Order: sequence, then structure tokens, then C-alpha cells
Amino acid sequence: MKARLGITIVIAALIFLAGYAALFVAPDEKTMHAVQRIFYFHLPSWIAMFSALCVVFYANIAYLITRKRKFDALGVAGVEVGVMCCTIGLITGPLWARPVWGIWWTWDARLTTTFILWILYISYLLLRGLLEDPEKKASLSAIFGIFAFLDVPLVYLSNRLWRTQHPQPVIAGGNGSGLDPLMGKVLLLCVIAVFCVMVLVFIDRYRLELLRNECDELRFEIESRSAQASSLAASFAGEVNE
Amino acid sequence: MTTARAAGILLGKELRLEFRSRELLSATIIFALVVVVLFSFAFDPTAAESRRYGPGLLWIAFLFAGSLMLNPSFSREQANETLDALRMAPISPFAILLGKMLANFIFMSIAELVLVPIFAVLYNISLAGIVWRLVLVLMLGTTGLTVTGTVFSAVSAHARMRELLLPLLLLPILTPLLIASVESTASLFQEQPALDRTWVAFLAGFDIVFMTAAWLLCDYLLEE
Repeated sequence: MKARLGITIVIAALIFLAGYAALFVAPDEKTMHAVQRIFYFHLPSWIAMFSALCVVFYANIAYLITRKRKFDALGVAGVEVGVMCCTIGLITGPLWARPVWGIWWTWDARLTTTFILWILYISYLLLRGLLEDPEKKASLSAIFGIFAFLDVPLVYLSNRLWRTQHPQPVIAGGNGSGLDPLMGKVLLLCVIAVFCVMVLVFIDRYRLELLRNECDELRFEIESRSAQASSLAASFAGEVNE
Repeated sequence: MTTARAAGILLGKELRLEFRSRELLSATIIFALVVVVLFSFAFDPTAAESRRYGPGLLWIAFLFAGSLMLNPSFSREQANETLDALRMAPISPFAILLGKMLANFIFMSIAELVLVPIFAVLYNISLAGIVWRLVLVLMLGTTGLTVTGTVFSAVSAHARMRELLLPLLLLPILTPLLIASVESTASLFQEQPALDRTWVAFLAGFDIVFMTAAWLLCDYLLEE
């Protein structure tokens, strides 16, 4: 417990430092100026999302093979954290795009793919909410998760092919060429910080899901035992009456 | 019993069941027709515009109609728990899935067979000379729709609000299929029809990816 508190404090300090570095340390971008600083949290949230969803894909397959409830818990925790990171990315993106490209949104391959991805994983959570039987919930949502993950590269490819046939407004290529070395360092710090926050939330959510499962099992046990007890009592009362 | 033979028998059962009432098929066709007609009221397209928007409209109508039609595929087995009986039979689970996929493919194809000529008449699109290429595109698109749709029908059959859930699960997954089908159909509706091979290859790839996934996962999908 103490170690966990320590780690949380360290990560909180790290994200604070990353925020400071992104706002004050990183050099000003030549054409976009201050608004470009949103990039230091925009890109890291995508990296965190992608890592979380890769864990989900692994957890889904592992659940179907091993049938261990912990992989189901890992899957749902990963989807929730992934959707959270995706939402951050989808909010920071348009905020950045509006002053820079002059538009909130464009149906470009990368944007469309993440939007569909977001919808797919929200459907995953919705599906879980609508399935009652815990066994069915785990196995069917794992199957849906695998289909959703397989679909993502296809969505990207189709949008890529589709849009290359129509010229589009120029889109900043993200990082890569032309990045100031100091910018690169700040970016790396932000990636690490956001990633750590993601992992921390992920682990907490995973533990919560395990506790929830345990709670459900105990509740089920209590219910079945009290049902047993009342049926015993009823039969006993019947005998006394006779 | 081989998987193919078992799937054939199950296909026969599905077809017999449907052709006794023809409820599903007629409802699907009418629904898609309503979408096509409503579109012309909403946008009032000219001849050139209908050539531009027609393929998209046609595939949206198919996808919506398909996502409604695929619902009963598994949920109708639940009334008398007949799916349990099917699973007890000494056949592979893939045979059950394959039988249903083939049946849904046939239902969807019949609906398309009725709808495409009506669509061509209503939107002034000449089908002469492109029929076989259009059939190829329709078959590839319908395969992707029915393969994923049948799997998700088995998934949503166990859930509450399954009629609403199936389109919700299915339609986002089908976005790449929609783009590819629309683009390859659009290439056929041009003044100079030429089949876009990239998109046809993409459609075939989509079908193969999800058919393989369905084959690998059907044991888990149909277990009790």
C-alpha cells in the first residue's frame, strides 16, 4: 500500500513536470506558436491508447484460451483506459486543428480511423453492459474485441486508399523531420509521464475489476446459501407441523 | 459427417424455415426500398448527382437492411433452445455457423436481386454491360456483410436489447467494407465503366480476414 502511494506521488510529480516542460521549457514553434504545445499531450495520449489496446487484444486471446477471469478483467480495464486516452486525443486534436488548419475536423485517414476505433471500443463496453451471464459476457466480448482489433488496420487502409484519390488539405505530419532537439526531449518526457499515468489507472482499474468479480462471487454464494437455509427451514417447519 | 455436408443440411433447414413464411425476406426488401425512396425525397438528386451518390445510397440501404435481417438468425433459435440441440449433434460448430452464413448470404442476394433493378430504374442508371462485374462486387460485399453479421448475430443473441445492439456492433466494423463496396460500385456507374481492381482486391481481403477469424473463433462463439 505504501509503495503504491509512493509510486502515485512520483507519477503525479512526473506529469506535473511534463506539463511544466511542455508549457515553459519547450521552444516556441515558428508558425503555430503556443497552440502547438498541445502536441506534447496529444501524441502521448495516442501512444498510451495504442499500448492499452494492444494489451486488450492480448487479454482477449488469452481469455479465450485459458478461461481465467483475470484476463477478462485485464480486457475491460484496458478498453476503459484506452477509450479514455482516445477521448483525450479526440478532444485535443480538434482544439489544435482549429487555429492551425482552420477546421475542427477533416475526414483524413488517421482521424477517421481513430474515430471508428473509439466507436468500436465504446460498443465493446456497451455490449458488456447488455450481457447478463458473466461467462458469456467475458467470452463474447473477447470475440468482439478481437474482431474490432482486426478491423482497425482495415479501416486505416481503406481510408488511406480512399483519400489518396482526392486531394486533401495539407496535414502536418506530426513528429519526425524538423523537430527541435529540445522539443524532442520534452516530448519524450511527456510520453513517459502520460504512459505512466495510463499504466497506473490501468492497474487500479484492473484490481477494481478483480475485486468486483470476487464480490459478485461472494454475493452469489451468500444467496445460494441463504436459499438453501430457507428451504431447510421450510422443510423443518413442515415436519414440525406434521 | 463432413463439415460441408452438415452445413448443407443446416442451410436446407434455414431455407425451408424462411420460405414457409417469407416474412424476413419481404420485410428486408421493403425496408431497403423505403430507404432508397426516402433518399430521393431528402435530396432530390439530378441524373448526374444520382450517379455520384447512387452507389453510397445503395450500399447504405443494404447495410441497414442486412443489420436488421441478420438479427433473427440466432435469436430465433432461442425460443425453443434449438441451438443447444444443434450443438449436441456430432458436427463441428463451424458447420452451424457456415450453414447460417450461407442462408443469410442467399437471403441477402435475393433482396439485392430485387432491389438493384428497381434502383436502376428509379435513379436512371443503365445496367447493360456491367451486370457481371456488378454481380462480382455485390457478391464480395455481401459475403463480408453476412460473415461478420452472422458472427455478431450470435454475439448479440445473448444480450438485452439485441435488436438495437446488432447494428451498433456491426455497422462500425463494416466501415471499410462500405467504402470499398461503394468505390467499386461507383467505378461501374461511371460513363465509361471500369472495375476498380484495388477495391475489389480489398473487398476480397476483408472477406478472407473475417472468414478466417470466424473459423478460428467459432468454437468459443457457440459454446455453452
